[in-house]
Amino acid sequence: MTDQPIRLGRKKESTFLDRVKEILPQGGNLNLCLTCGACSSGCPATGLENMDPRKFLRMAALGMDDEIRKSKWVWMCSMCQRCIYVCPMQINIPQLVYNARALWPRDERPKGILGSCDMALRNASTSAMGTEPEDFRFVVEDVLEEYREAQPEFADMEAPIDKEGAEFFLNQNSREPVTEPDEMVPLWKILHLAGANWTYGSKGWAGENYCMFLADDESWKHITTTTAKQADHLGCKIFLNTE
Amino acid sequence: MTFSVLAGLKKFNIPHNFVVKNIYEYYAKWIREGKLKVNSDWNKELKIKFTVQDPCQIVRKTYGDAIAEDLRFVVKSVVGEENFVDMYPNRSNNFCCGGGGGFLQSGYKEERLEYGRLKDQQIQNTGADYCIAGCHNCHAQIHELSEHYGAGYGVVHLWTLICLSLGILGPKEREYLRDDLKEVNVFHPETEM
Repeated sequence: MTDQPIRLGRKKESTFLDRVKEILPQGGNLNLCLTCGACSSGCPATGLENMDPRKFLRMAALGMDDEIRKSKWVWMCSMCQRCIYVCPMQINIPQLVYNARALWPRDERPKGILGSCDMALRNASTSAMGTEPEDFRFVVEDVLEEYREAQPEFADMEAPIDKEGAEFFLNQNSREPVTEPDEMVPLWKILHLAGANWTYGSKGWAGENYCMFLADDESWKHITTTTAKQADHLGCKIFLNTE
Repeated sequence: MTFSVLAGLKKFNIPHNFVVKNIYEYYAKWIREGKLKVNSDWNKELKIKFTVQDPCQIVRKTYGDAIAEDLRFVVKSVVGEENFVDMYPNRSNNFCCGGGGGFLQSGYKEERLEYGRLKDQQIQNTGADYCIAGCHNCHAQIHELSEHYGAGYGVVHLWTLICLSLGILGPKEREYLRDDLKEVNVFHPETEM
């Protein structure tokens, strides 16, 4: 028996968990964990980097901020939200992960994600492959012309860019126009047969957003604002996502 | 994109005059309205089996089970109900494939494939010849899982199958169909080269 109780040396200063709680609705329920482990048992990232969602949350609750900041696991969690979906207390572990990603200095975050985000910031396309609006227009028009000729049943098929008053503002993953343009055609055919009044935008046409994955709020905001403005500018009522 | 736009509009209070929708809902609507006259006759004799991945961004993270049902309605309409095998668990409770969240670009390949082991097992357990993946990240990841773990199932976009079932899928629009479907229901076969 010791005479003196052991005193933990934890400082009173605000921890990472405290700061994330402040920015989430209901504090993301981050202090409601029952340690049941439902999150971890259904998480495909459990075990990677010797980590799992419950452990990650416990580490944050214990104020182990240095370990949190260094954990590469935050890039192996896909923020798929299955943990919060099964959690009896609706604890927002994905947002904890998102904010832990943001603790990394921007230039030390994974190069592939960083590069894709930076590409999207290069021009108004917001394409993770850096494709210029003019190049997108060229590919779309070229492929459309080819198919109109080769498949006369689709001679009046359209693939408009910046058509004002279209009902649907459609986005397109850059992979198609850049690496496999023929893959755009089935989608156009479906829209044509359905009689959909649709358009791409010369700005914000690209359907991917790596800045969100990079946990770069400013750039994510820039991309979403660019595409939203263009959809509004064209008067489109429905922002239609293919993925 | 569905998620990044919706979450971004909300998170950053970006003013806008449109609603954000996903095309699965419209595929289902247009089929129900008779605008897309799909049918599954092409697969009656072939009996090629399909399963479908529920993209996290669209199902669990955004529209929930309602859009998962639309997705299944479309898939069953184009491949035949008897040729659809659901994976388990499914819909909002399905597992992420490991392609999302930037994982494909993060450089942690070994960990990504380990993450995807669960998805590969789910797909293999269905015995399906193809997994339908409506999202590019899912498509790329599941394609790699099929090769890495050796099962060899195909991975195909939904739009490819819709057009196949409509009889309007040309020879150059079949990049992700395997030999079993390269020659089926070909539209303008003379445009092969």
